[in-house]
Amino acid sequence: MCDQTFLAITFGPCDNCSETKPLMNIYVKNEPINYCSLCVERMACQGLGPNETLATLKTESETLKTKLEEERAKLHDAELHQVAEKVEALGQFIIKTRRTLKGHGNKVLCMDWCKDKRRIVSSSQVRPFRWRRHEHAVTMPCTWVMACAYAPSGCAVACGGLDNKCSVYPLSLDKNENLAAKKKSVAMHTNYLSACSFTNSDMQILTSSGDGTCALWDVESGQLLQSFHGHSADVLCLDLAPSETGNTFVSGGCDKKANVWDMRSGQCIQSFESHESDINSVRYYPSGDAFASGSDDATCRLFDLRADREVSVYSKDSIIFGVSSVDFSLSGRLLFGGYNDYTINVWDVLKGTRVSILFGHENRVSTLRVSPDGTAFCSGSWDHTLRIWA
Amino acid sequence: VEALVVEMQDPKSGLKFEEQKLVTTTVPHAIAEAKAFGTMMVAYGYIYPLQDHKRLILKVDASLYRFQVTLETLILCVQCPELPLLRKHASNVTLTLCTCGIAQTPYFWPVQHWRAEDTDYAIYLAKRNIRKKGVLELYEQEHYNNLHKWMNHKWDFIVMQAKEQYRAGKERKKSDRVVLDCQERAYWVVHRPPPRTASAMDYGLDRLIDPNAEENKTVDYYRRIIIFNSQAIMRPKVKSTVSLGALVKFSSTFKNHDPFLAPCLPSNPWLTDDITYWELNLPRVEVPTKMRVERWTFNFMELLNDPCGRADFRLFLKKEFSGENLAFWEACEDLKWGSAEAMKEKAEHIYKMFLAPGAPRWVNIDGKTMDITVKGLVHPHRYVLDAAQTHIFMLMKKDTFGRYMKSPVFKDAQKKALSPQPHTFTNAQLEQNARNRKPGIHPIILHQQEEEEKAKLAASGPVDIKQIMSKLDRRTDLKK
Repeated sequence: MCDQTFLAITFGPCDNCSETKPLMNIYVKNEPINYCSLCVERMACQGLGPNETLATLKTESETLKTKLEEERAKLHDAELHQVAEKVEALGQFIIKTRRTLKGHGNKVLCMDWCKDKRRIVSSSQVRPFRWRRHEHAVTMPCTWVMACAYAPSGCAVACGGLDNKCSVYPLSLDKNENLAAKKKSVAMHTNYLSACSFTNSDMQILTSSGDGTCALWDVESGQLLQSFHGHSADVLCLDLAPSETGNTFVSGGCDKKANVWDMRSGQCIQSFESHESDINSVRYYPSGDAFASGSDDATCRLFDLRADREVSVYSKDSIIFGVSSVDFSLSGRLLFGGYNDYTINVWDVLKGTRVSILFGHENRVSTLRVSPDGTAFCSGSWDHTLRIWA
Repeated sequence: VEALVVEMQDPKSGLKFEEQKLVTTTVPHAIAEAKAFGTMMVAYGYIYPLQDHKRLILKVDASLYRFQVTLETLILCVQCPELPLLRKHASNVTLTLCTCGIAQTPYFWPVQHWRAEDTDYAIYLAKRNIRKKGVLELYEQEHYNNLHKWMNHKWDFIVMQAKEQYRAGKERKKSDRVVLDCQERAYWVVHRPPPRTASAMDYGLDRLIDPNAEENKTVDYYRRIIIFNSQAIMRPKVKSTVSLGALVKFSSTFKNHDPFLAPCLPSNPWLTDDITYWELNLPRVEVPTKMRVERWTFNFMELLNDPCGRADFRLFLKKEFSGENLAFWEACEDLKWGSAEAMKEKAEHIYKMFLAPGAPRWVNIDGKTMDITVKGLVHPHRYVLDAAQTHIFMLMKKDTFGRYMKSPVFKDAQKKALSPQPHTFTNAQLEQNARNRKPGIHPIILHQQEEEEKAKLAASGPVDIKQIMSKLDRRTDLKK
């Protein structure tokens, strides 16, 4: 667990403007200072100083980048598969489709499990939103609903897409109730919504958008609580950390970067840029100390947060289609990846090898999530179906 | 894929197809990969089936040997806009196909950069119409009518082109003509898919910001990099052996609890349709299972995240008269994740209850933290109690948790825990189970039950230390 986030002062009077606000911990000439986000912005946007030119700034930034790489390399004394040498190899796997859910009239774009481990919500192109087990459809006035999420209490769902908004729909026991009537518009981005997730409660939603930003919203008032700037292209995915204090999340974007953010201050605290193409999906390792990402470059990668580096690449020469979605099994030993070549590959996280390849979908797998108790995982595809595998 | 197909068509090392059924032995894994790969090749129209040309899927024949696909050595790397980067291959395997497919000539490969223009499509449809009236499918007829409508100004040109191509076609050898016709038809099935089929050319939405566009490198661009890297360098990092070791350890610890790696007891509901496992593990049960109790010992957060575990811990704290720590932590969580409107009120309530001098459930935090917190409470913010909460959390984690593990309360929970036997369903019973599937309790109802419980807990009142102290005082007075 990143104990560092415990010790950092993230709330208090800003060293610059003295206002009591969430603080970012930055360093100026190796001295730690705590500035509020506004003061950091001002600092970044100030004009050139007396001895500065664009070239000197460029050199300084390059030097720092190299120094960071050096620091990271100094601590790199082992590879994952070496450390995992003594771990028992996995046996044979029999994973089959146990349920096939039909009913969407179009491509399934996203799904999420309810905490009760049995229900899911899924969204699709055109006919946007379904709530499984008790079929309950809601039509939304936009064509692509790319993000959906189940609230932790199980009493609401959120979804959004090309309408640039994230809306929350409170659910009810009455099957015939018109859910669209009680809809509440929460998030407003300037471009399409790519992913959304509730935090630990029904009251806050975290969203990511094609406009390059992520944002934290208060559901009741629709107020923007915090925004996260740093990606230079569309942000495609996000995942909240399961860590003890639950204060960070990771996002992946088309700029090939995966960024780790502090939710309190909006600061980007770690960044990883080793993918060669758009990152379509990020997911934390169950302990919260690492995360995996899947990308259009046909690889999944594991990044260690405490060592601040990429530790494993899951790829094969024969896999040339992008990964749309990844998730870990409960222990973190298995990584499931949904690919654009209609298959699902199962990887041994520690040994780095592929354990199994699953067929069944007739079009690309667009979304994949393991159930909250790890008993199964669900995959949604452009072939209009969802499959539950166990 | 393109490069691969080039290799495949190389007469010396590549594909042998059209007639023979070649038998090549392969490594079992490769068959699976090859199947995936083959499916893609058909979907993109590199290979098209002769019959059933409308559905571009690869059919795997019953007998394994008729279908054997493995991978070819690549010499080139190809970068193409629609498909991801290919990399050099070290393996050396041959790719062969059976009679069900024929490879497309490069002219018709999707990777060729000319877009499937509507004009070309119109010409193609017109040509087919000339050859034989009424041969167009319904969806093609519709396309044709639409194109005719909005390409009316070009129509003479289109008809002329169609006639020209038709004439040129007639002059070819019959076999060539047939092949070309098939290829053309397959090409258009990929680029103008019939209704209710999916097109492999579909790639989803366009991205808003082109990541390949050069970023404008202004002053603030560099300053931001400098700010980020400065703090990233100073951020404490751990040695790989340490952090990787922790990842491995975590995985090993939870191995027996992972339904994919070890069997669920009594059974995985998705496999046997028996929901006993879910019923035994509902959020609030009278008696938790042994596996569940074992998880509480793994780390403090596992204990707190499980409602049963938290309740057991609360019981222990009650006996130790230190329940205020957990109550404070819970209140802080409620503040952090609660709605913005209720925040101010909650913060004040927490101050009065836990932090003010002489508060009924006063928590013991160090002077410096108390100072920062009290100052922050003047203008409450959702993270104002962050420092205090962390302090209390670490206290519970490092001290109380350990004592809980050794306490009679926990040992009792361990003793009482259930250990379900693995299932013994016969096949007939499994079928019966499948027929009797029912949806579970609605989460809304479960949530309502939880809220009721929480209210009861709050109503039962916190332990007022002053009352207890006065009670103890009275008792000692009586003894005197």
